[in-house]
Amino acid sequence: MNQIDSAARVKTSLSLPQPFLRWFADKGWQPRAHQLELLSRVEGGESMLLIAPTGAGKTLAGFLPSLVSLTERGKIPPGSAFTGIHTLYISPLKALAVDIERNLMKPVGEMGLPVHIENRTGDTPAAKRQRQKLSPPDILLTTPEQVALLLANGEAERFFKDLKYVVLDELHSLVTSKRGHLLSLGLARLRKLAPGLQAIGLSATVADPMDLQRWLSPQRAGENNHAGLITVTGGARPQISILRTEEHVPWAGHSAAYAIGDIYRAIGEQNTTLLFVNTRSQAERVFQELWTINDDNLPIALHHGSLDVAQRRKVEAAMSENKLRAVVATSTLDLGIDWGDVDMVIHVGAPKGASRLAQRIGRANHRMDEPSRAILVPANRFEVMECQAALDANYIGAQDTPPVGKGALDVLAQHVLGMACAAPFDPLALYTEITSASPYADLTWETFERIVDFVATGGYALRSYERYAKIRKTKEGLWRVSNPLIAQQYRLNVGTIVESPMLNVRMVKRNARGSLGRGGMPLGKVEEYFLEMLSPGDTFLFSGKVLRFEGIRENECLVSQGYTLDPKVPSYAGGKFPLSTYLAQQVRKMLADPARHASLPDQVRDWLSLQKDLSMLPKEDELLIETFPRGSRHYMVIYAFEGRLAHQTLGMLLTRRLDRAGLKPLGFVATDYSLAVWGLEDLGAAFRSKRPSLAHLFDEDMLGDDLEAWLNESFLLKRTFRNCAVIAGLIDQRHPGKEKSGRQVTVSADLIYDVLRSHEPDHILLEATRNDASTGLLEIERLGDMLSRIKGHITHRPLTQISPLAVPVMLEIGKEAVGGDAQDFLLAEAADELFGEVVATVPRVS
Amino acid sequence: MHRIAHALAALPDNPALSARTAINGVAAICDPLGGLYLPDLDILVVSDLHLEKGSAFARRGMLLPPYDTLATLRILDAVICRHHPKMVISLGDNFHDRVGSALMPELFRQMIETMARGREWIWINGNHDPDGTVSLPGSSADELHYAGLVFRHEPAKDAPAGEIAGHLHPAATVTRREKRVRRACFATDGRRLIMPAFGVTTGGLDLRHKAMHGLFDRQSLVAHMLGRDRIYSVKFANLLG
Repeated sequence: MNQIDSAARVKTSLSLPQPFLRWFADKGWQPRAHQLELLSRVEGGESMLLIAPTGAGKTLAGFLPSLVSLTERGKIPPGSAFTGIHTLYISPLKALAVDIERNLMKPVGEMGLPVHIENRTGDTPAAKRQRQKLSPPDILLTTPEQVALLLANGEAERFFKDLKYVVLDELHSLVTSKRGHLLSLGLARLRKLAPGLQAIGLSATVADPMDLQRWLSPQRAGENNHAGLITVTGGARPQISILRTEEHVPWAGHSAAYAIGDIYRAIGEQNTTLLFVNTRSQAERVFQELWTINDDNLPIALHHGSLDVAQRRKVEAAMSENKLRAVVATSTLDLGIDWGDVDMVIHVGAPKGASRLAQRIGRANHRMDEPSRAILVPANRFEVMECQAALDANYIGAQDTPPVGKGALDVLAQHVLGMACAAPFDPLALYTEITSASPYADLTWETFERIVDFVATGGYALRSYERYAKIRKTKEGLWRVSNPLIAQQYRLNVGTIVESPMLNVRMVKRNARGSLGRGGMPLGKVEEYFLEMLSPGDTFLFSGKVLRFEGIRENECLVSQGYTLDPKVPSYAGGKFPLSTYLAQQVRKMLADPARHASLPDQVRDWLSLQKDLSMLPKEDELLIETFPRGSRHYMVIYAFEGRLAHQTLGMLLTRRLDRAGLKPLGFVATDYSLAVWGLEDLGAAFRSKRPSLAHLFDEDMLGDDLEAWLNESFLLKRTFRNCAVIAGLIDQRHPGKEKSGRQVTVSADLIYDVLRSHEPDHILLEATRNDASTGLLEIERLGDMLSRIKGHITHRPLTQISPLAVPVMLEIGKEAVGGDAQDFLLAEAADELFGEVVATVPRVS
Repeated sequence: MHRIAHALAALPDNPALSARTAINGVAAICDPLGGLYLPDLDILVVSDLHLEKGSAFARRGMLLPPYDTLATLRILDAVICRHHPKMVISLGDNFHDRVGSALMPELFRQMIETMARGREWIWINGNHDPDGTVSLPGSSADELHYAGLVFRHEPAKDAPAGEIAGHLHPAATVTRREKRVRRACFATDGRRLIMPAFGVTTGGLDLRHKAMHGLFDRQSLVAHMLGRDRIYSVKFANLLG
């Protein structure tokens, strides 16, 4: 931004209304420059994006325009005509909405402003919600789902007609998800109901602010509309270091168990430490290891999204009262908000993204002018390099947040039904409104029509559901809901957060006769598919305890105290992020540049130099492929550095191609850094004699026919389909804890998927599923970028034995889950070994 | 999907790897497409077709794909073509709800008529469709006693030997190398047999579920599990709960 220009526009604090000036003076504070600039530019009519680090007074800045405007307006005299809400505040977290109410009420009370603030979340009692509709507050604090609900209501027009500002908190975390897509459509509708509406976005630092600036403002073809931008830089530079240890850094794995002693010592040296890990199972493991060596009995707690809410609140309360020395946690979003002073953040495992690291470290200190302190603890040798790359990125302020992305079609379907619930809609007007939301700016009319058709009758080529249509076209050409039950069904299923079926975990005791008692303490929730892998008597780590699985009763998982120190650890993958493209590139650079190896610990440096002697270190733009025999098999290891998801997709496609070339691949395993494929034939010899050549094997056309063929039979798509089907309203979400009769599913999404795939492969919901998978689960776009990057840069290194760099991925073999074809293979093995008389039935000739 | 795909690919002269068993001394063949063929009686038994499940949901506001009936009928056609039975017995829950058979589209009705041509067809009534079928070939009954066997929908608690029933949608799970695989199955101890659900959108209930208690002699109970193109037979003791 041009400095002189912005200085000219900045208000002086003198132009603030009296109560504000007095309040600042009483506190001995000065309004900050960005707070005043935001106020002045919003008053000038702009929508604005404010990017600022934690502790910069972002929240007050965001509300200042509303508070000033409401102060100038004064209280609405009794007996006036109905006045709708003035400001809408939307946060991704219920807890944040509640917390902001508390934090905002304080200055508002102290200044004696005539402003009425209330929150509205899923927990708000029905009576209060009803009253809010009749007599709205000036400022309503809420979540994206509640906005969707309010907009789908017949009274939305009246409720929002006076809306002046919408404040969107934590915008960076909202926009990249389907919740963000739904909210962008909600914002488009709000603009229609209140044409003068201005949006104020509050965000942490992102890679591409323009993405968010466009998101905040209505898009029209041929126009370049975007919100203004204020960036607050500065804040003290964080002090980050990578744990130096005398211990052996492992080749593979994610537990960081080797470093527990060092971590424990670091906790002992601070008042309060926050330990971040990447997955829930990692959190459980680290927590247990810490307590094993906790000779000083330091108060160390555990906090992650699967734990019982009451337990989480207890930990948060203890934290805010400074009663804890350390908390092991999975992500910032799992945490409640108000939680005392943290002296240091320890990040266990590599952070996977530079921006994610910055945001987590930002948690260490809420005062902007004091440096945050953090220690990174890599769990294995590749992670040492990744941590170093993240640290360097943090130093130069590099950002790698994901782009906003194209609006999802399942979300669009949900929104279209919601709009029909609000009032009959004109399709062309709704299309124009929807394409004003930046994620949907490129939506074609044809796709929109298919979505409307899907909402109405399921969008099937076999048109047998006309009589069961959910929405119908009136004589005037407007779409309206067929009956009030449809609107009720919509309200029950609104939102884009699809939970995998979860069961409550309850601790029970065996009574004297050996049968299980009733009651007992609830510990939290665990995914049903994880429990299905357990047999009674199996032990697993949960809630910081080793538990013995006793069985499932109705919708509860019963467990007892497990008297073992070596549990079967939960393998559920909650919160496993792939390596960001930026960090991957940095790791490749570091690997290629021996000068940079000097900054790495001795063990890692020795490992890399051994690799250089026995094989080679790939250049930055080079794809190294090693082949070697081991045991009775032949292996190829591909060092692609594109993250686990993209590698898995590559593995599926490569094995198809190798199979076709007659090389009989048997399996593959992927890590964030490399991919190993193995088989019975000598892969190295085959590549040397160009049967097939590696250039051909890695050709971009892999993403054409092979991808299509694989997707068509892939079990991986089923989970994606289930999410799309729930969000689009095809099947109802099972609300955890509300099942009537235990675990009987009314209808299985997997079976629906099979039927739809085999009879209508071009259905819009399958298209939505493939779109989702190609950016999310399968990372096809990323794989495509890689294939074009490595063209002509593939180096084959045939070896007689495993190389040092190959060790980590080779250690992962055998830990992967199976699906599809492999399932039948296992069945055959089981049946042949355990029993089996199998006969061929030859058909009768009649 | 593999069952749908396989049925569509199944040619009449394509042998399938089935499992041979006997119920109360009557020989029976478990076909991987989900039907039970009794060669000495020339009867094909299927159970829990749950036809028109998609439209049953559509009537209640969930617009599930209308193709489940078509998919189930195609598999049924494939298994009938393989065995050419003189009689087909469908063991109840033939339709997902009471009005299903009355409201079924004409196309599907014709498919059933073609399949039933030249053979007897018995629709046993189930709990989902207790009123019988409307305008379809064959006859309806609550149960059928024939050749020392009794065919009914819900297994009876104290039934004498020779009962063939459905209703429970049995499924079984095996573990190999710490991986679990779960499939629908024929469950039999030689005295009685419970059929897997035949409909393509029907789920399963584990053999260890309490609803299965007391139905079988677990010593001789075998699960004949439905694989892609063969049956996998596993003794109860070797299954996972």
